[in-house]
Amino acid sequence: MKDKIFKIDRRTFLKTTSISATGLLLGMQFSCTNTSKKLIGDPAANFSPNVYLNINGSGDVTIIAHRSEMGTGIKTSLPLVLADELEVDWKKVKVVQAVGDAKYGDQNTDGSYSVRMFYPIMRQAGATARRMLEQAAANEWKVDVNECKASNHEVVNSNGDVLGFGYLADKASLLPLPEAEDVKLKSPKDFKFIGKKTSIVDLEDIVTGKAIFGLDTHLEGAKVALVKRPPVAGGKVKSYKPEAAMQIAGVQKVFTMESPGFPIQLDSPLGGVVVVADNTWAAMKGRDALEVVWENGVNANYDSAAYIESMMGKAKVSGKVRRGQGETAKALKASTKKVQADYRVHHLSHAPMETPCAMAQVTEGKVEVWAPTQEPQWARSAVAGALGMDEKDVTVNVTLLGGGFGRKSKPDYVVEAALIAKESGFPIKLLWTREDDIQHDYYHANCAQHISVGMDESGKVNSWLHRTVFPSIGSTSNAKANEPSGSELSQGVLDLPYDIPNVSCESNNANAQVRVGWLRSVANINHAFAIGCTLDEVAEKRGVDPAQNLLDLLGSDRNIDMASYSKDFWNYSEKLEEFPWSTARFRNVIEEARRISGWGKEMPAGSAMGIAAHRSFLSYVACVVEVKVENGKIKIPKAYYALDCGVAVNPERVKAQFEGGAVFGASIALKSKITVKNGAVQQSNFDTYEVARITDAPLETEVYIVPSEEKPTGVGEPPVPPFAPALCNALYRITGKRIRQLPITM
Amino acid sequence: MELWVSLNHINASKLSIEAKKNGRFSTHSSFSDLIQLMSAYKFNLNQKEVEVEAADDTPLLWILRDNLGMTGTKFGCGKALCGACTVHLDGQAVRSCSLPISAVGEKKITTIEGIAQGDLHPVQKSWMEEDVPQCGYCQSGQIMSAVALLNTNDNPTDDDIDQAMAGNICRCGTYVRIRKAIKRAAKGGTHEG
Repeated sequence: MKDKIFKIDRRTFLKTTSISATGLLLGMQFSCTNTSKKLIGDPAANFSPNVYLNINGSGDVTIIAHRSEMGTGIKTSLPLVLADELEVDWKKVKVVQAVGDAKYGDQNTDGSYSVRMFYPIMRQAGATARRMLEQAAANEWKVDVNECKASNHEVVNSNGDVLGFGYLADKASLLPLPEAEDVKLKSPKDFKFIGKKTSIVDLEDIVTGKAIFGLDTHLEGAKVALVKRPPVAGGKVKSYKPEAAMQIAGVQKVFTMESPGFPIQLDSPLGGVVVVADNTWAAMKGRDALEVVWENGVNANYDSAAYIESMMGKAKVSGKVRRGQGETAKALKASTKKVQADYRVHHLSHAPMETPCAMAQVTEGKVEVWAPTQEPQWARSAVAGALGMDEKDVTVNVTLLGGGFGRKSKPDYVVEAALIAKESGFPIKLLWTREDDIQHDYYHANCAQHISVGMDESGKVNSWLHRTVFPSIGSTSNAKANEPSGSELSQGVLDLPYDIPNVSCESNNANAQVRVGWLRSVANINHAFAIGCTLDEVAEKRGVDPAQNLLDLLGSDRNIDMASYSKDFWNYSEKLEEFPWSTARFRNVIEEARRISGWGKEMPAGSAMGIAAHRSFLSYVACVVEVKVENGKIKIPKAYYALDCGVAVNPERVKAQFEGGAVFGASIALKSKITVKNGAVQQSNFDTYEVARITDAPLETEVYIVPSEEKPTGVGEPPVPPFAPALCNALYRITGKRIRQLPITM
Repeated sequence: MELWVSLNHINASKLSIEAKKNGRFSTHSSFSDLIQLMSAYKFNLNQKEVEVEAADDTPLLWILRDNLGMTGTKFGCGKALCGACTVHLDGQAVRSCSLPISAVGEKKITTIEGIAQGDLHPVQKSWMEEDVPQCGYCQSGQIMSAVALLNTNDNPTDDDIDQAMAGNICRCGTYVRIRKAIKRAAKGGTHEG
């Protein structure tokens, strides 16, 4: 009973007792038989041992989420890691989104590395604070700190004395930071949150419509701005007539924004004609009424379909060898069995459900923005640069992101909002319509690939030639950077793990003629597709089961020294010693995918399974897709994933990423295609740029997470690459037709 | 930057006088239409009468968001292609981005902010129990479509769900859980296989 009284937290208490709550509360504390059982301390106390954490005298814990929430659950998962080490009651934790500030460390929420990079830091931050609270309690009780143990928002000692985190906050705030060797991380068996399910902190706000995304911020007096951008990347306004737009009721101002030409910096707006209006509808009508004559610039003749063919021409001849072992050409020539295939992938657009948008206000030499950005520090520096201001005068508030997929790491739209706010003199809510989004994106690189595989008579694979040609992301901002980078090639090509004696991986040059950027799993999409489909053909040629084929080719369990194969090899910015390329872990996910899918079982007529496996963002993933063809239509009754991402902090959200990754993969495989003609994107909205709907998605997705205490690795992007090849391989089993181009056409 | 500033950012009637006075806009045919199109609208929103002043062709979405500050209903495509802006018009799911305010009339509008009778609507509860949302942006629209479906069909099949939900895109790909959550809500909150 007493326990029950003392467990009442201050807020609940204040709700029920409006008069002299504090006094009564204290009275209750003093009435305790165990006089040391104090839970609440000085209301003014603020214990902030690091930039991510604050505990006040009431025991309320605030944890800063410094990475952006775009649907991965990171706003919950990283605070959860800190909370676990700290031994807090999660219900007393408030998670607050950080502004863009270097003091938080890396905030670039991209590349599936949030947990990987910050798991150790958050654990350390939580454990350090825990140690300080224990020390504060030890000082109170005048006992050795090692006799004190934090547990569920309290510190207890062997006598059964209890002090609450709130009570200890003030005392802990006066203590020096403990020595590193005194800070002990929990043993994984003692984790209370890590590895268990926790719902995202914004869940209720989302289902009730209260969650605040980019367009939902409100500023008194704000106007709405839309920009009519050059249809061709690198184009600019030649002349325009604003009169018709100016007549629309509510249109306030019309002006031009400079276009920087092409190549273009990744954080630069495209320029164009700006319409500022009292409300969104007036801005839309005003923009529609503009008459603009464009000068199309250097990309005026870009034809993406023709360009893929020209890239294919390069993929058919020798390129720059980026990884070479043995004598591939000779071995291929001598091979009695061969698989040779060419693969094509078109540009893709991110199309997050929330289009790019931002609110900006410029006042007295300071600018404040509210934006759904994956990279608030870049947004901050880009805005400062564009407005000629000091970074310290720029505040970037991060709202929830209605999807990102890599699009919202580029701060061009935040810069636009700030420039327009400055020029117009109004606080500005900048909106991109869906047409803006699809026609002015940073597109996934289109790509042409050729793969040749040689085998001897017994079916042993002796040679592998892979040529890939695509515009490097770097060529968007630098025309000379037109050879794929090591990091782009290490997304499938250079990091081929199969035990083949003669390997040649070659690239050739190509140039971006629209803005090219990174899209969820980036170059892995193209490479996993080509490799995954080719391996299925190899299996057929060898006369073995496709899953067994992968295991056969993988060879013995070992850590591959990829760096010895290629000086261009990139391990997602991590050392191979820290994050090895383990064929054992790769083998394991293939075996587990085989197991959970019941691989090899008899399938009804018109149905089949396909498999593909791919390591990306340091995670190992195998995917089995079950396909059914009905009246010429592709249905996906079920997708299966087995994955090894090391420690899964919030396994339920990891599963969600894979369920969603399958759908993203289905969009790429079945639906989405951006084509460019005369420099302009031909698609404009979801009628022409299609993405997977509920009817296209797998009816069910089963996800098996390999239990692991290895360092955590990525989960946002890794589900995407193997999905399309697994699907294509399944379709082949039904139709007998190999698929060598995405999206699939039946 | 080249800058044009409107002379007439106050209101339509003032604008009309100004126009007549100086003839500045006489060459623009749409001008007279514009005057006639600004009107006051009264409609029933989430069981309450609201009044707004807007151009006739303003989509309900922007009335909700810009005029009334109700941001639960989202913009996704502006062409009734994605369902992010789904609201109910007399209980039926409609895309508010393509419904002009002048077409609302006597019909009752319900938004995500208005579906719960108490704390949460059963569909909102099942959405939470299944942890449906990822980024969450499309979920208001998804929930509005699901509620409309369940209002007329208390035991939807997979095909029924496909039909009712195919107009709502989720780029995060939460479809598997949307399906589960609809079935859970249909069964009165119990999990269905």
